[in-house]
Amino acid sequence: MRQPGRAAEIKAIGIGKSFGSFRALDNLSLDIGRGEFLTLLGPSGSGKTTFLMILAGFVQPTEGRLFSDGVDITERPAEQRAAGMVFQGYALFPHMSVEANIAFPLKVRKKSAADIKRRVGEMIERVGLNGHEKKLPAQLSGGQQQRVALARALVFEPGVLLLDEPFSALDKGLRGQMQAEMKRLHQETGTTFVFVTHDQSEALALSSRVAIFNHGELLQVGAPDEVYDRPANRFVAEFLGEINMLPLKEIRSADNGATGLCEDRTVSLRGSANGVGSNAILAIRPEYMSIACEAAAGENGIAATATNSTYLGAATRLDLTTRQGAKVTVSVPNEVAASALSKGNSVWLTWPAEKGFLLPDGGR
Amino acid sequence: MRAYLSDRMGAALLMAPLLLFLVLAYAWPFLGVVKWSFTLPTPGLGQYNALLTDDLVQSVFIRTLRIAAIVTVVSVAAAYAITVVWVRGTPAQRLVAEFCILVPFWISVLTRAFGWVALLSNRGLINTWLQAIGFISEPLALVRNEFGVIVGMTHFLIPFAVFPLASAMRSLDDRVLLAARGLGSSRMRTFWSVFVPMTRSGIIGSAMIVFVFSLGFFVTPAILGGGRSVMIAELIYLRIFQSPDWGLGAAISVVLVLFVGALMAILFRYVRPKQLI
Ligand SMILES: Nc1ncnc2c1ncn2[C@@H]1O[C@H](COP(=O)(O)OP(=O)(O)OP(=O)(O)O)[C@@H](O)[C@H]1O
Ligand SMILES: [Mg+2]
Repeated sequence: MRQPGRAAEIKAIGIGKSFGSFRALDNLSLDIGRGEFLTLLGPSGSGKTTFLMILAGFVQPTEGRLFSDGVDITERPAEQRAAGMVFQGYALFPHMSVEANIAFPLKVRKKSAADIKRRVGEMIERVGLNGHEKKLPAQLSGGQQQRVALARALVFEPGVLLLDEPFSALDKGLRGQMQAEMKRLHQETGTTFVFVTHDQSEALALSSRVAIFNHGELLQVGAPDEVYDRPANRFVAEFLGEINMLPLKEIRSADNGATGLCEDRTVSLRGSANGVGSNAILAIRPEYMSIACEAAAGENGIAATATNSTYLGAATRLDLTTRQGAKVTVSVPNEVAASALSKGNSVWLTWPAEKGFLLPDGGR
Repeated sequence: MRAYLSDRMGAALLMAPLLLFLVLAYAWPFLGVVKWSFTLPTPGLGQYNALLTDDLVQSVFIRTLRIAAIVTVVSVAAAYAITVVWVRGTPAQRLVAEFCILVPFWISVLTRAFGWVALLSNRGLINTWLQAIGFISEPLALVRNEFGVIVGMTHFLIPFAVFPLASAMRSLDDRVLLAARGLGSSRMRTFWSVFVPMTRSGIIGSAMIVFVFSLGFFVTPAILGGGRSVMIAELIYLRIFQSPDWGLGAAISVVLVLFVGALMAILFRYVRPKQLI
């Protein structure tokens, strides 16, 4: 079943889509590699579904071209693109049994009865639906319907599998289970997966690359750790998780990165300071910051006062305010939080130089 | 609105006048008809016995069932096509379809029947035209026979067949159709193996409504059948008003009502009343 040769390579060049005067997608260029697991991530209304529909052939772009394995498929109708698609809400055929649903794409391709039987059987096995073959979709649980949708979209060995928020209707436990299963299916089939979600942790956990959308624009594409640790702008930084932002002044390039003035302390960072000017925002993820009684000279640190704590079980979330009033949040071991709060006034927030990065001041 | 009506007492109260009207106008007189069927001209089961042996009554019953079946198939098929355009067409197409569906409701059944006579009779528009272009030399028998009756009834019943179909088509999830196309199915194939089966409840509802209506048709067959293609309702009329044979007329009525009642019972088993509007 593994057939990386058949996995499609997709190239979108300057794709735009207008609905009347509304721009749903703007000048979007993106390469999707053979066999990769790409996640489209963005807030509601950012154009993720629209882009997926363009890939599937259900929506025609107003500008731009789309290539699959080097062939221009911009005008090719959906039924000839052979992209597997899993819709939000699954869109199973309610009048057909599980078996018939999965057999449908093979039947329309006029495969022999024996071939259909074998491949449907294999697929049912693979997604763990044994014993449910004769049931109608309405008789299945949400997770089982999800499996039927996956099986139906994969059974004809499509070059690309498109998934539009397939897990949004599932509860948290089942969601985790289905995510693991989808990752396994991706490895087993070797097909290119394009997956839409607005859940950032799901995106980071599953994909080989993440594409972040906002207002119909593609803001950044990269590996999960790349976009998480080195976001291209403030929107991406904030969208991917909690982030602390401190104003930084007098920024200048240094030996292996840059330095700047954070309140009254000089701090250093690894990234380049090119293109941000002398004032910018220093951004650090909360999990990279720790609490200390003091910061050694040359160590990145800033004085702050703990104002509030929220017990989260495994850790405590601590809210602090710096001397100049910047709000910072960190996640720390429970006993550290207690002692920081009891100190009342000043503690030090410290972080490794390589974990801080610069964002343009004020911009998005 | 629904929240208020879900109060069962309130709903019952609101329906009471209608129920009272139905009892006074239909149920009570019908009991009288049932009584006649057992008492006229002499008490006993004689009239029901006659039903089973009377060749005329039986041939009319069979003709009625045959016409109703044909009218049902033709009306539902035509209504299906119109409804697809009405529900899924472009805004302009929808407007035209809606017009076609609603206009017949403004024209009385009599007007429509005579309209068909004008079109279909020997000296009607169709025969005159066909003769004028030399396509035929003798006029075709298009009216005063079963054909005319079927045409008139179908025309009358198509709008009624539309509503259950429209309701089924409106509740259909578009994504399922997209899914079918994405899986490689052509538009044609998607229509026949996904769209049509998914509107099955609408088709059943629509067919039942048309069939039940057809069984009781009176004006249209009387005019377009020209006395040669008598259907059951006309036969009842003839038995009661022309050859005073009230007992037999009543017995036919009772059988017809029971038959329709049984059909309705089956209909409501398979389709919820809500799906019919
Ligand atoms: N057929 C349409 N006609 C008009 N506007 C549309 C149409 N389809 C989408 N849009 C608009 O395009 C924008 C992007 O929609 P899209 O469905 O792609 O968003 P999304 O990123 O998938 O959001 P969500 O996470 O809520 O699913 C939205 O503002 C939407 O209103
Ligand atoms: Mg969407």
